[in-house]
This record gives sequence, C-alpha cells and structure tokens, in this order.
Amino acid sequence: MTLNEMTAKEVSKKVINKAELFILDVRNESDFNDWKIEGENFEFLNIPYFDLLDGVEEIIDKIPANKEILVVCAKEGSSIMIAEMLSEAGLDVSYLKGGMKAWSEHLEPVKIGDLNNGGEIYQFVRLGKGCLSYMIISNGEAAVIDSTRMTDIYVDFADSIGAKITHVFDTHLHADHISGGRKIAESANATYWLPPKDATEVTFEYQPLEGGKVVTIGHTAINIHALYSPGHTIGSTSFVVDEKYLLSGDILFIDSIGRPDLAGLAEDWVGDLRETLYTRYRELSDELIVLPSHFMIIEELNEDGSVAKKLGELFVENHGLNIADETEFRELVTGNLPPQPNAYQEIRETNMGKITPDEEKQREMEIGPNRCAVR
Amino acid sequence: MMNSDKMLDAKGLACPMPIVRTKKAMNDLQSGQVLEIHVTDKGAKADLAAWSKSGGHELVETAEENEVLKFWIRKG
Repeated sequence: MTLNEMTAKEVSKKVINKAELFILDVRNESDFNDWKIEGENFEFLNIPYFDLLDGVEEIIDKIPANKEILVVCAKEGSSIMIAEMLSEAGLDVSYLKGGMKAWSEHLEPVKIGDLNNGGEIYQFVRLGKGCLSYMIISNGEAAVIDSTRMTDIYVDFADSIGAKITHVFDTHLHADHISGGRKIAESANATYWLPPKDATEVTFEYQPLEGGKVVTIGHTAINIHALYSPGHTIGSTSFVVDEKYLLSGDILFIDSIGRPDLAGLAEDWVGDLRETLYTRYRELSDELIVLPSHFMIIEELNEDGSVAKKLGELFVENHGLNIADETEFRELVTGNLPPQPNAYQEIRETNMGKITPDEEKQREMEIGPNRCAVR
Repeated sequence: MMNSDKMLDAKGLACPMPIVRTKKAMNDLQSGQVLEIHVTDKGAKADLAAWSKSGGHELVETAEENEVLKFWIRKG
C-alpha cells in the first residue's frame, strides 16, 4: 500500500489540532524513553528497527488499522526502511521526513497579538524541544528574543513582512539550547543584548542589558522594559513589552518554575528565585500576559498552539508560585531535581563563544527535551 | 586492540546500514567468534550496543579513533 513522507510541520499541525496519530518509533528504547514526539491524542509503539530486520509480521497486529500511522527514527533512514516493510505488508504508512533531528529543529510561528501603533508579537514554538522564542515587530523594525540556532527562520520571517531586525536579546545565558542571537545580530548588523551578570565569561561584544533599561522598537515606540529577575541564572532578566506582555525567560513557566542549578549554584540562587517570583513579579500587573521561554508538557499549549497565560491566573494555578513555606520552596528547587539538559555545560560554553562546534555537533548537543523547569 | 575473526568496514554508511551489515556479517560467524566493526555514524554507538543485547551477543570492546568508532562483538 502507499508510503508517504510527513514533514515536521505537518506533525506540528496534528499536535496543535489535537489530531489522532499512531507513532511507531523505531529508535532504541533508551532514546525513546528519554525523548519523543508528544501529542494529546498520539498513541505510541516503540520497537527498535534492528529488532525488525527479519520482518514486521510480528508487529502488524499491534498497529491499529483505522489510524494514520507515522514511523519515526533519529534521522529518517531506518524509518523509511521499516515504513517500506509495513507498506509491502499492506498498510498505508508515512515516515517522518528528517526524523527526530528535523522534529527538534522545527519552529512554528504563532501570532500572540497586536501591539499599540500597529505592532505585532509572534511566538516561535519549537515543539520538539519545548523552546519558545519571540519576534516583536513595529514600523518596519523587529526585535528577536531568545532565538534558537535556526537563525534563517527569524531572518526570513522578518524579510517576509518587510521588517529589519534591529535588536536581539537573550533573557539569560541558555543551558538547554544554542542561541542564535549573536549570529542574527552580526548578519543584520543589529544590537545584541545580554544580561552582564550572565556574560562575565563571554568572548564577544554585547550591550549590557540591565534592569530599568528601555529599548524602543520602531519609530512609534514599542517599549521593552528590562526587569532584573535573577534565579534561574544570576543575570536572568524579564521584559515587559508594550505594558502588556511579560517575557519571563526561564524564571516562570505556565505550569512550573525555573530551576536554579544549571549554572551550578542552586543553593546561592534559590533566594533570588524566590524573591523574583514572590516579590518582584507580585508587584507587576495581574493583567500582564506571561510569555515564557519554555513549555514542558503539551497540556501547556493553548488552542491555537501558543503558550501564554495571564500573570494573575498563574498566581492562582501555578504550584511553584504557591508555596508559602520558604523551606519547602528551597527543597522543591534544590532537591530531587530532574536530570540536566543534554550537554548543558558544552551548550553554555558555546553560548559564551568559548567553543565553536560544527552544525552536526550542535545538533547532537541539543538532542532531547529542555529540562529547564521544576514542578 | 583485541583480535577479531572478521572485520566489517561500515564507514560512511548511515543508519540503518551499519546494523543491517553487522547482522549479515554475524551470520557467517560461529558462536564465540568476534566481529570487528568500523563505523562513522555516531548513532550506531547506542544502537549496536542495544542490538547486541537483544540478539544475545556480547559487545566486548569499543574504541574511537579519528572520528571512526570501532566495536568488537562476540557472537552469542
């Protein structure tokens, strides 16, 4: 029967639309358990391709006849082989083009809303890794925040709407993904902003982003107010955009909060994290829409695929914002932490400019989920 | 470096070929004999280990030399 190719973009649509899909993941068991495609109505079967070399007869009855079937592997090769075998056995199947590598790199732009004076704000959802980045556009100018290393996507997007990227920000020195910030800034001749306390070891020029600083995008002023909010890293900085949106970086997520240990100083920073979440953020308007830099679980996505919620609602619903006892809070964010992101030390060094791995190596370093939160 | 009874050069091959070739080469060996495999596909590392285990073979040794991954698998 038929054998089709399915792109990461098509899979994204299914995640967002909560469509049904049966995924036969043919990677080895440990890779599958570590990280996989997530969807609310997705069903999974994990059988490594190397256990199917003699034939797929044994698994045919484990595959539902009435569902769309997608075969997935790391880079595509094995999934094509297994999909061909299934197709010869009479099934209609697809394989994921580019495999988990393509899934990890796919970004889905979602419009969050309009800004004053005709501006717009977009969220770029990296479904495969749970990373969120942003573009703010106003009067032909654009700012990019917490960009991934897939820099062409932002540059092309800005081009397509006729905007010039003039400012690039990172809310903090990332440990889970390689920032494309410096590359975008260099190619667009834009200003690259980093919090100086996170940038003490960087090997390149940047503009120090400090609390109280206001950067204007476009002639009619979309203001970005920097708000020093340490805790995930010592330099972590949030932004209030157009007095309406709170870009919370890796400090506050929808259903969790940032972990303070990825730069190695959990005990020192737990106090900062608590102060940011329980004092500094409390002073902000409840009406601000929180736009974080990550999501951890697919349930954090809104109907349109965006990840956003009012600060006031998070104060009620987010467990991490509702721990009255300081000792209990300290235990939550320093004890029983989940495993660190894959290659997080090397990723930090890359973002500091200390090492320059080639693209294949960068891809490999970023394998897996972001793991930046505690719940 | 340990001795091997047969050598498989799978350099330059992408997944799934290193394992497909390894399986074929293994068929020509007797139980207890050792197959040496050279690959450049990084993904083969975890997969060859898992494949050996599920097939009842023993991954005796691994080495990395100038981007080439080397494996010695004893047939079960």
